[in-house]
Amino acid sequence: MTTSEIKITPELIRAHGLSPEEYEKIKSILSREPNLTELGMFGVMWSEHCSYKNSKPILKLFPTQGPKLLVRAGEENAGIIDIGEGLAICFKIESHNHPSAIEPFQGAATGVGGILRDIFTMGARPVLLMNSLRFGSLEKPHNRRLFRGVVAGIAHYGNCIGVPTLGGEVYFQNCYEGNPLVNVMCLGIVNKDAIVKGKASGGGNPVYYVGATTGRDGLGGAAFASRELTEESQEDRPAVQVGDPFMEKLLLEACLELTQTDALVGMQDLGAAGLTCGTCETASRGHSGIQIDIAKVPRRETEMTPYEVMLSESQERMFIIAKRGKEKIVEDIFTKWDLHAVKIGEVKDGNEMRVFEEGRLVAEVPARALADEGPVYRREEKEPGYLKALQKLDLSKITEPKDFQEVLKKFLSHPSIASKAWVWQQYDHMVRTDTVFYPGHDAALIRIKGTQKGIAVSTDCNSLYCYLDPYEGGKIAVAEAARNVACSGAVPIGVTNCLNFANPMKPEIFWQFHRAVEGMAEACRALKIPVTGGNVSFYNESPAGAIYPTPTVGVAGLLENIENRVPSFFQNEGDLIFLLGETFEEIGGTFYLTVWHGLEQGLPPRLELDREVRLQEFILEQARASRLVSCHDLSEGGLALALAESTFNPAKSMGAICDHLDLIPAKIREDALYFGESQSRAVISVHPEDKEAVIQAAQHHKLPIYLIGKVDGNLLQIGDRIRLSVSELRSLYENAIPEKMKT
Amino acid sequence: MRAVVVVFPGSNCDTDCFHVLRDVIKTPVEFVWHKEGNFPKTDLVVLPGGFSYGDYLRTGAIARFSPAMESVRRHAAEGRPVLGICNGFQILLEAGLLPGAMLRNKTLSFVCKPVWICVEDTHTPFTQKTQRGELLQIPIAHGEGNYYCDEETLKKLKDNSQIIFRYCSEKGEVGEAFNPNGSRDHIAGIVNERRNVLGMMPHPERASEAILASEDGRKIWESVCL
Repeated sequence: MTTSEIKITPELIRAHGLSPEEYEKIKSILSREPNLTELGMFGVMWSEHCSYKNSKPILKLFPTQGPKLLVRAGEENAGIIDIGEGLAICFKIESHNHPSAIEPFQGAATGVGGILRDIFTMGARPVLLMNSLRFGSLEKPHNRRLFRGVVAGIAHYGNCIGVPTLGGEVYFQNCYEGNPLVNVMCLGIVNKDAIVKGKASGGGNPVYYVGATTGRDGLGGAAFASRELTEESQEDRPAVQVGDPFMEKLLLEACLELTQTDALVGMQDLGAAGLTCGTCETASRGHSGIQIDIAKVPRRETEMTPYEVMLSESQERMFIIAKRGKEKIVEDIFTKWDLHAVKIGEVKDGNEMRVFEEGRLVAEVPARALADEGPVYRREEKEPGYLKALQKLDLSKITEPKDFQEVLKKFLSHPSIASKAWVWQQYDHMVRTDTVFYPGHDAALIRIKGTQKGIAVSTDCNSLYCYLDPYEGGKIAVAEAARNVACSGAVPIGVTNCLNFANPMKPEIFWQFHRAVEGMAEACRALKIPVTGGNVSFYNESPAGAIYPTPTVGVAGLLENIENRVPSFFQNEGDLIFLLGETFEEIGGTFYLTVWHGLEQGLPPRLELDREVRLQEFILEQARASRLVSCHDLSEGGLALALAESTFNPAKSMGAICDHLDLIPAKIREDALYFGESQSRAVISVHPEDKEAVIQAAQHHKLPIYLIGKVDGNLLQIGDRIRLSVSELRSLYENAIPEKMKT
Repeated sequence: MRAVVVVFPGSNCDTDCFHVLRDVIKTPVEFVWHKEGNFPKTDLVVLPGGFSYGDYLRTGAIARFSPAMESVRRHAAEGRPVLGICNGFQILLEAGLLPGAMLRNKTLSFVCKPVWICVEDTHTPFTQKTQRGELLQIPIAHGEGNYYCDEETLKKLKDNSQIIFRYCSEKGEVGEAFNPNGSRDHIAGIVNERRNVLGMMPHPERASEAILASEDGRKIWESVCL
């Protein structure tokens, strides 16, 4: 039976994720019934993943304008920001959660492959990778298996392709049991005049298919329909795609070589929705039509139907639109890299996308309708019933620990806090010889050779905060990522986000999504950092329940002069230690409450954006004046943990005596002082001779500043409650994860 | 002094080596594509790190058949220096230009971190500006750096002072605790009998500038680019 003979039934329509109304819209666009191939194409292009049909109205809340933006969010595969001297950065974060839950190694590896293609598609050379990973507790063997597999998969792909993976964050919380999160971020650098757009324009220009062959992998969403089609092939289909970083390395080099010629019109990777997306999106952006013959598409399996070829999500494939008459330039470059570039069609005037198979028309759809005219919905939302009760916290029932030292030790031994060296030592984090701050710092930092510039990146999200208060949690995620970047001395210039939520059809989940985005958007506006793009991942649930809302934020920052960088660790004996910012009695939603008292409740800390702005402005100003020897932000675990982490200088542990906590005037519980998570705070160390200048500058910024101690000896002393050897603490910190992973 | 860096498909430390030679050591340097059977007359050949041909068979196993390797053999046979770093070392082993083989790391996982190595012999073009016993801090980044050779080969390597670098502690102690991959006799780098072909697992190009944590790797470049 051929595709065109299959009758479109309500079951088939539903199996493609399309509603009866959406199907009516398709019929009115085509003025006829679609055939199965066309139905499949609409199904994938109008899915949430490609069309953002459920999230679009909310995503519009993000500020996406800025004077330095060269490509805005949503216009292309990734946004681009001007950084001066003819250079620009291009960055994006994406999820690969579900594939990683099924097959952690390949799921994570292909996630890395996908985000890399998003960046080099724009003509940018990928220069760093980061990730944000979340799993259930490491006490369970299944979670250890997922953790080990994901880390190895990321390492496999990134190491082979030669882009350094600079860490990121890893959390272990019960809400990710059964539904781990694997969010990967890539940043690339591009010459402003070499930016490539994903557009097909100029009637008669040839279009090429390059890279790996096309197989039946990745037809998952439409499995029902394809089973009807080719019963016997079903068993052969791998459930998860397999990544080939070597193929991607060749593609990367060849594509970037091509951007140096005058033969290129546009370029797009074939990722989600494969050839369907590649053709209709490029044609729509180029205000053109497009015509391809899928008989020419190189395949790894026989007897594939047009439906399967158009929907395949095989990895490591690119779609190239070249200039007519320059075909030889394109073909020569790909031949040099032992890649086969196949001309599969050409750009057409008009707006129609036509798919042929050996001269027979198998699909004909207006490109714009498919790419840009999908339905948009405003989903119902409702505040979750659990929230009010959960936000209540009776502090009088929370007894203060007898021994604060035990609390700190417990923090450092917890896998969410403990050193992630076990993870990032498996990543090649130095290749390209640009890595200036190794993983473990507040932000990763790379230099740009041939300039004075540096680029700092941080990924962050406290999902417990978002669960307890999505609005405040969303604000804090942006503020903290920006703060981490600022603490390294870099000016935050752009945000990308990966919005991981559960099923948006549930009003409570959609409410979380909406509130979190509102909070993030407000923080972005206050900090003047536009959103340059990202990704939405819904349906993150397992039988155990929904994940906590996890809007992972990636912030990129620019250091005009990399000599002004600020490390996160104490550096010299005798330096003075200051606490910046105000401390309140904020215990709700803290790591302390979770880990010591076993409670995930209360209102998370409040973030006052004007305080945050003043803190970051002060840090950046003092970094430029070279007065900050170190700077580390306060987050989970509060002041005590921030001080402990500051002593763990990778080159040499540095002790600290902080015996002036009494100078912090807040009349608050001691546990809140040591372990509370009030926002907009940082710990800095400065040379004694800079003391007055730093204090004056802080006062000028109306920023509270407290001299709490000095770098000294090999003990960590905090007030009169903590006095421990740094080497003991460091050993807990460094051994926690390796110990757990031995079993 | 002129140098070439051979680029295999999948090489990924090629531009790093090129950068150090050109911008740090100020040596004229060119890339040579692996398909070039006859490359320009040069003084130094560098085989850089990476995953040549994806390393899908065995590390370095396919790269040794590259046309450029013919030139590398001739160059080596003329007694001129060849420096193989990481994957370059693996290629030299597969090509038979150095004895022994690489196994997977004892941890079975990729490891990237700074390590200490001890200079065991200075009578090579690559170590002539170092001191015997000198300690260098240079990063490693590999999944297969567990150097192996049989008893007889090891004896020969020792008798001829062909072991050039050993892993050690920052104080120079040699032992299991300081060996990151389980290599035989803690070997981090060896030369051929003629002493003009060096294979080493650590990446000196990653430790040649002050901004990159260590400058110890420069001594190797400065020795060979004298």
